[in-house]
Amino acid sequence: MKKFTSTDNYIATPDLELAVNAAISLEKPLLIKGEPGTGKTLLAEEIAKSINTEIIKWHIKSTTKAQQGLYEYDAITRLRDSQLGDSRIEDISNYIVKGKLWEAFQSDKKIVLLIDEIDKADIEFPNDLLLELDKMEFFVYETKENISAKNRPIVIITSNNEKELPDAFLRRCIFHYINFPERDVMEQIVNVHFPKIKKKLLSEALDVFFELREVPGLKKNPSTSELIDWIKLLLSDDIPKDILHERDENKAIPPLHGALIKNEQDVQMLERLRFMLRRGK
Amino acid sequence: MLIDFFLTLKKSGIKTTLKELLDLIKALHLGVIKFKTEDFYYLSRSIMVKDEKYFDRFDRAFSIFFNGMSDLDLEFLQNEIPEEWLRKQFEKTLSKEDRDKIKSLKDLEELMKKFMETFNEQRERHQGGDKWIGTGGTSPFGAYGSNPFGIRVGQDGNRNFSAAKVWDKRKYMNLDDDVEIGTRNIKVVLKKLRKFTRVPGDEELDIDQTIRKTSDNGGYVDIVLKPERKNQVKVLLFFDVGGSMDPYIRLCEELFSAAKYEFKNMEYFYFHNFVYEGVWRNNERREEVVNLDDIINKYSSDYKIIFVGDASMGIYEITHINGSIEHYNDKPGESYFKRIQNHFDKLVWLNPIPREDWDYSQSIDYTRFLTENKMYNFTIDGVNQAVRYLSK
Repeated sequence: MKKFTSTDNYIATPDLELAVNAAISLEKPLLIKGEPGTGKTLLAEEIAKSINTEIIKWHIKSTTKAQQGLYEYDAITRLRDSQLGDSRIEDISNYIVKGKLWEAFQSDKKIVLLIDEIDKADIEFPNDLLLELDKMEFFVYETKENISAKNRPIVIITSNNEKELPDAFLRRCIFHYINFPERDVMEQIVNVHFPKIKKKLLSEALDVFFELREVPGLKKNPSTSELIDWIKLLLSDDIPKDILHERDENKAIPPLHGALIKNEQDVQMLERLRFMLRRGK
Repeated sequence: MLIDFFLTLKKSGIKTTLKELLDLIKALHLGVIKFKTEDFYYLSRSIMVKDEKYFDRFDRAFSIFFNGMSDLDLEFLQNEIPEEWLRKQFEKTLSKEDRDKIKSLKDLEELMKKFMETFNEQRERHQGGDKWIGTGGTSPFGAYGSNPFGIRVGQDGNRNFSAAKVWDKRKYMNLDDDVEIGTRNIKVVLKKLRKFTRVPGDEELDIDQTIRKTSDNGGYVDIVLKPERKNQVKVLLFFDVGGSMDPYIRLCEELFSAAKYEFKNMEYFYFHNFVYEGVWRNNERREEVVNLDDIINKYSSDYKIIFVGDASMGIYEITHINGSIEHYNDKPGESYFKRIQNHFDKLVWLNPIPREDWDYSQSIDYTRFLTENKMYNFTIDGVNQAVRYLSK
């Protein structure tokens, strides 16, 4: 199996590479945590791309049940069909709707299965998947068949830390925490996204960005994905060259800040800061 | 060797299990890493530690473990610290002057050779001295030594060189739950207080009963309803807003916003240093005093009481009539406190002062006694314990 490394459009730090490769070798789910916008979800896609396989995504919502990942028994349709005298009702398997996990288990290739934002679901959700992720098999009660994975998929699980995950579940995972990238890594990341960006603009944009992250008391710190959006705006808007440069004079708020700052209280705070700065002079 | 490592981690309070140790061994067998200490660090971390709040503990344990070199199995050392890595450490740290200072060892190769020889000779723990690998000596090997040509084999911070290793940097220090506390963390903890009970009035469909009744009916749908489940936990929060609490305002705000989000039945009051006959509803408008009697009459005994305060004051503020620094109180503060305590079933006190300092303050000690030992440190861990007690 090919080892996972940084790709042309995704920069992975060595520790992340190692965690991914360990998870692949040990055939264990990889649990990824980190600040929002540090590329957790993107990672799964890149792993799939880098080892040349497909990806099945299972996005978790607060109402998602573990069972939905396996299969669902569509009783309502069956009831309706029975009223209509449809002959399909004889075979119960007609009403079994396959879930994402089943899909992944059936694949002929070793594929990547992304379970996105597992912390959104109910607190018991991870516990309900213990056996399924461990043994990579489950039982369909309605049809009495046992489904087991043809090829154990590479399972990537992301979490935003909204809920604590149960210990029994954690024990079965490999864990990696994506740190907020440091400046040089950030530079690489931006370069990957905008290969043609001018050095000067990049360095000034990063100055603004990291300064902004330093501002104490921001409700939501801008993250990598916001930086990327912001630079995209800067480039597409063709702003005057010096606009980033001027900022320390009388602009505590960077131009086109809407992409960076997502909270109006934060905007107000920055404006107050700017006011105080000016008055200080 | 790895078992010792495992035990060191266990000892430092990281929740890791045998299963994870076996995984680590398996990963080493599968050759996930080449022999590089840094890779070993990352690999063992991602297998043994499942929460970033333990990263700092892991870093410390790792550092302690690799500092205690002489306790190590030598075979492991030879296998796990490859020559290439050591050489790289050398090249990073040596300047020409350093090299000149060393007369006894002519060049890098020789030092390397000597290093390996020393490993083979050394069979017991060693500290000081000028030859063996250990700590604090003038030998070129080991940590904390004064030989400018030394090989640093793990030490906290940098002494002579800049060969800082990842685990010595302790970048995850503020993720440890004894240190950091944030709104989200508190929310997660407070969630454990949730108590779902069925309240009459609101109704939702009882599917099981509906199916049963319907089949009893021979297929005619008979819908059964049941009361909806709601989070019924009730909380009263009392915040100390005295001057000594100023450094903890942010902490209190975080607890407050987390609690407000989590509980519908939550009321909060302010006091200064200790509770007397009245508390404030609004810290800015202190003239609006809420009588303690009213609170006790209004809120039923199943409200959970959380005091937040540093309990740092003159002891007479608790024990004496007229002890309050702001007004004349007819009865000592402790009698008011006891009235609250007698009325409500569960009471805890969260104290932001670090636990290890409590014994040195008379008033903290006394307040702790009054709370019947239900004073907890205002860290995630402490809040966790408090919540566990409250939800019992």
